[in-house]
Amino acid sequence: MGMNQVRIAIDGQALDVPAGISVAAAIAQLRLPFRRSVGGQPRTAFCGMGVCFECRVRIDGIAQQRACMVPVREGMQVLTDG
Amino acid sequence: MAEHYDIVIVGAGPAGLAAAEAALGQGARVAWLDAQVTAGGQVWRKDVRYGWPRRVESIVAKLLDHPNATWMPQTQVIAAEQNALLLQDERQALGVTYGALILAAGARELLLPFPGWTLPGVTGAGGLQALAKQGWPLSGRRVVIAGSGPLLLAAAATAKRHGAQVLGIYEQASQAAVHGFARTLWRWPGKALQAAALRCELAGTPYRCGSIVARATGNDALQLIEVDGPNGVQRIECELLAVGYGLVPNVELAQMLGCAMKREAAHPYVAVDDSQRTSIANVYAAGELCGIGGRDCAWLEGRIAGLAATGSAIEASLLRQQRLARRFAANLREHFKLNPCIHDLADPDTLICRCEDVPLRALENFDDARSAKLATRCGMGACQGRVCGTALAELGRFPRSGQRPPLFPARLSTLGDLPSPSDTEGLF
Amino acid sequence: MGYRFGVKSYDLIIVGAGIIGTACADYASREGLRVAIVEPGPIGGGATAAAMGHLVAMDDDPAELALANYSLQLWEDFTGIEQIEYSRCGTLWVAGNATEFAQIPEKIARLAAVGVPAERLESEQLYRLEPALQRGLTGGMRVPREAVVYPPGMARHLLNRACVRGTTLYPLRATAITAHGVQLEDRTSLAGSVLVATGCALPQLLPRLPMRSRKGHLVITDRYPGVIHHQLLELGYADSAHGDADSSVAFNVQPRPTGQILIGSSREYGNDTPEVSMPMVRRMLERTFRYLPALRQLNALRIWTGFRPVSADGLPYLGRVPQRPNVWVAAGHEGLGITTSLGSARLVIDQWLDRPTAIDARPYDPARVATWA
Repeated sequence: MGMNQVRIAIDGQALDVPAGISVAAAIAQLRLPFRRSVGGQPRTAFCGMGVCFECRVRIDGIAQQRACMVPVREGMQVLTDG
Repeated sequence: MAEHYDIVIVGAGPAGLAAAEAALGQGARVAWLDAQVTAGGQVWRKDVRYGWPRRVESIVAKLLDHPNATWMPQTQVIAAEQNALLLQDERQALGVTYGALILAAGARELLLPFPGWTLPGVTGAGGLQALAKQGWPLSGRRVVIAGSGPLLLAAAATAKRHGAQVLGIYEQASQAAVHGFARTLWRWPGKALQAAALRCELAGTPYRCGSIVARATGNDALQLIEVDGPNGVQRIECELLAVGYGLVPNVELAQMLGCAMKREAAHPYVAVDDSQRTSIANVYAAGELCGIGGRDCAWLEGRIAGLAATGSAIEASLLRQQRLARRFAANLREHFKLNPCIHDLADPDTLICRCEDVPLRALENFDDARSAKLATRCGMGACQGRVCGTALAELGRFPRSGQRPPLFPARLSTLGDLPSPSDTEGLF
Repeated sequence: MGYRFGVKSYDLIIVGAGIIGTACADYASREGLRVAIVEPGPIGGGATAAAMGHLVAMDDDPAELALANYSLQLWEDFTGIEQIEYSRCGTLWVAGNATEFAQIPEKIARLAAVGVPAERLESEQLYRLEPALQRGLTGGMRVPREAVVYPPGMARHLLNRACVRGTTLYPLRATAITAHGVQLEDRTSLAGSVLVATGCALPQLLPRLPMRSRKGHLVITDRYPGVIHHQLLELGYADSAHGDADSSVAFNVQPRPTGQILIGSSREYGNDTPEVSMPMVRRMLERTFRYLPALRQLNALRIWTGFRPVSADGLPYLGRVPQRPNVWVAAGHEGLGITTSLGSARLVIDQWLDRPTAIDARPYDPARVATWA
C-alpha cells in the first residue's frame, strides 16, 4: 500500500501499523474487546465517529480516550481494559 | 485570549465545506472546525486507504490553502458564551469569538437497542463505514449490514472495497416501499445515478427488504444473528454486524445556544428561514442539523448559509435546488419509515444505556427522563445520553432533554483554565 | 382524625419529598402515623439531587455539630443498601499553611467531645494517603468514619419504606395550607397536621420564614478510580460555607464509588437561574487544581447546579410554626441537609409526638426567627 508504518504498543505488545489509521483500527488488528463495561461486559468500538464512547482506552497514560478519534502516533502507548 | 473570526463554522462535512467556500469567496475571515482529524464529515470521511472522493479532495485542498481560512481539526465545542465558543483540541483549550456562527454539525446514526447490540462485533452501519475508513481490518471478514436507508448500500460498498465478505444487506422497509422509492428516483437524476453506481458495486450482494435483525448472540463477541424477514427467521453466522436505522441531527450546540427547534417524529432539528438563519441572531444552521436531507442538500444549505452570513446575495437557482433536495429527503423518509416493531426489539434485559449498563427493565417504572436518570444512572455516562437518550425518544419513552456545558466530555483544564490568572494570591 | 366527605385524612401531611421530607415520612410511618407525602417532581429531585452526598460533622457551631453527630449515628443503619451507595471513604481536611494546621488540635478536641474520632496528619502521612495532592501542603486532619452516599437513592429508599408502611404519595403540587390541612393543585383536600419540607420553596407556603437560595455548581468526571481516596476539603472550607460573601469557592473533592470524581464547591447568593456559569466553574476548578493538579487532564462529563436552602441564621427550622396551629416545618439545612436529614426528622417527629428529643431542639425552633414576632 506504500503507506508509512508507525510503531505503537498495545497492552505492552509492539505493533507496526500504517500511519494515519485510528487507534481503534490499530487495536482491532490485535484484539477485541477494547474495554469492560460498568457491569463487566466486553465492549468494542460501536459508532465509529466519537459519539458513543464505547471505544475508550488509555492512551499515553490518560484514561477514557476515544480510540476512534485519535490517529496512531509513533511510540504511542495504548492500554485496553478488556 | 479568544481569537476573533468573521465566521466560525462548526462541522466540516458537506454543509461546513460549502459554507466555508462561500464565506471565503466573499472575503470573510473564517475558522472551520471539526471533531475529526480530517475534513469531509461522515459522508465524505477520508479513507486511510483510498483518500477522499476526488471532488472533495480538491475542495479541502483549496480551503486548507486559503489565507483567510483557519482549519481546526480534532476540535470540539465545549461551551458557548455570548458570541464566543470555548473549544478544545487534542492539546489545549481555545476561545473564539465570531461575527456569525454557522452550525453544520451534521447527524449521527439512530442506534436502536436489540438483544445482543452491545456485543463486540456489532456496530452502527455508518459506524462500520467510518471504522473501515479509519483502517479497521475487514479483509475476509463475514459482515452483515442491516437497518434502514441508502446508508446501508454505502456502508456495504465501503466494506466490500476493504475486502469484507458482505453476506447480505437487510433493509427493514418493505419491498413495496423500496420499489416505490426507486420509481420516484427519475425526478432526481443525480440520485438515480448514485443508486445505480452503488447497485453495480454491490452486484452479487443479497439485498433483502422487510428484514429486521432481531437478535445477536455470541460469547464475548458476535457469532450469530437472527434476521426476521418475510420468510421467517433466518440465522446467519457472521463476525461483524452493522446496524443503523437512519440518522438524527446533532442539535446539542444549537440547543445550548437557544435556537428554536422543530421536531421530525421524536427528534429535534433546528428551525431556519430561507437564508438558513436560526432564531438566534448571527447564528445559522445548514445541512442535516436542519432535518436529515442528505449530502447534496447539506452542500446547498451550507453555501446558502455561507452567503447569508457574509451578507451576500443568494442566487434563486440555489434556493430552487435546495427545495428540490429537501423534497427528495422527504420522499426518502416517507418510503423508509421505520416499522414500529423495531421499537419492541429490546427485551427487559437488553441494556439501553450502554455507558452505565442500564437495562430496559430498570426504566419500566419511570415516565420522565430525569427521575429515571436519578434512579438508574441512565444517560449519566460518557456519551451524555447521545445514544440512549436518542433511542428512548425514538422508542417513545422520554423526550430528549436539554443541553448544558460541557457539550462533550471535556478536560477539566479546558473548563478550569482562566484566560489569565485571576487573582494574585499565592498558591496557599 | 375525623373523616369528612371528599377529604382524605392523615395524621401528618408532608409537603416535599427531598431527603428531609422522605426522612420524616420514613420515621413518622415507623412510629405508626398515617402519613401522606406531596411531591410533584422527581423524588429527591431538588437540592437532594444536586448535593454531593458527603456525610460530615462540621465542628464550628455546637448546635450544628450536635445535630450532625446525632444524624451520623442514624446513618449507620443504611451502610449496606445498594441504592444508597454508602462508601466510608473518610474525610481528609487539608491544611494549606501553618495557620490552618495550627487549628487542627482544637478541631480534633471538639469532634472528640461528641465522640467523633479524628487524627492529625503530618505532611508525609498526608501524601501517603493521597499521593495526588499538590506538594507543599502542611498536613491535614483525617476523620476516618465519615462517608459519602447517593442522596436521591436515599430519598427513594426512605420513601419506599414509608410507602410499604402505608404512606401515600401524592404526585401533585400543594397550592395552599388550609385551616385543616393542605390543598392540592387538582383541588384535592388533605386533612391533618402539615409538615413543610420544601427547602428553597418554603416561602411559597410559609412566607414568613426567611429563606434564601444559595446556588452551587458541581462537576463530575468520567471514571478514574484510585486517583483520590478520601473526600478532600481545604480547612478554609468553613470560611466559604459559613461566610456571607456574595460568592465564594472552596476546594471540596469527592471519590464516588463509581470511580468518578465529584468536584465542588461554589456558593452564590442572588443568582436564582439554574444555568451553569462558566466563570464560576473556572473559579471552582482553579481552586481545585491548586490542590489536585493531576485532575487537569481528566474528562468532565457533566456540570450541574443546585440551590441550598439557607435559613435566617444558617441553622435549619425544625419544629412547630408559631401562630399556625398544626403546621410544622423541617427546612433550611443549607449544605448539610444530607448529613442532618435523619436527625432532623427525629427531632421534628418526636416533638410532634410530644416525646422528649434526643438532642436539645431549641436551637432549631422556628420561633427563634426574629421577624416572626
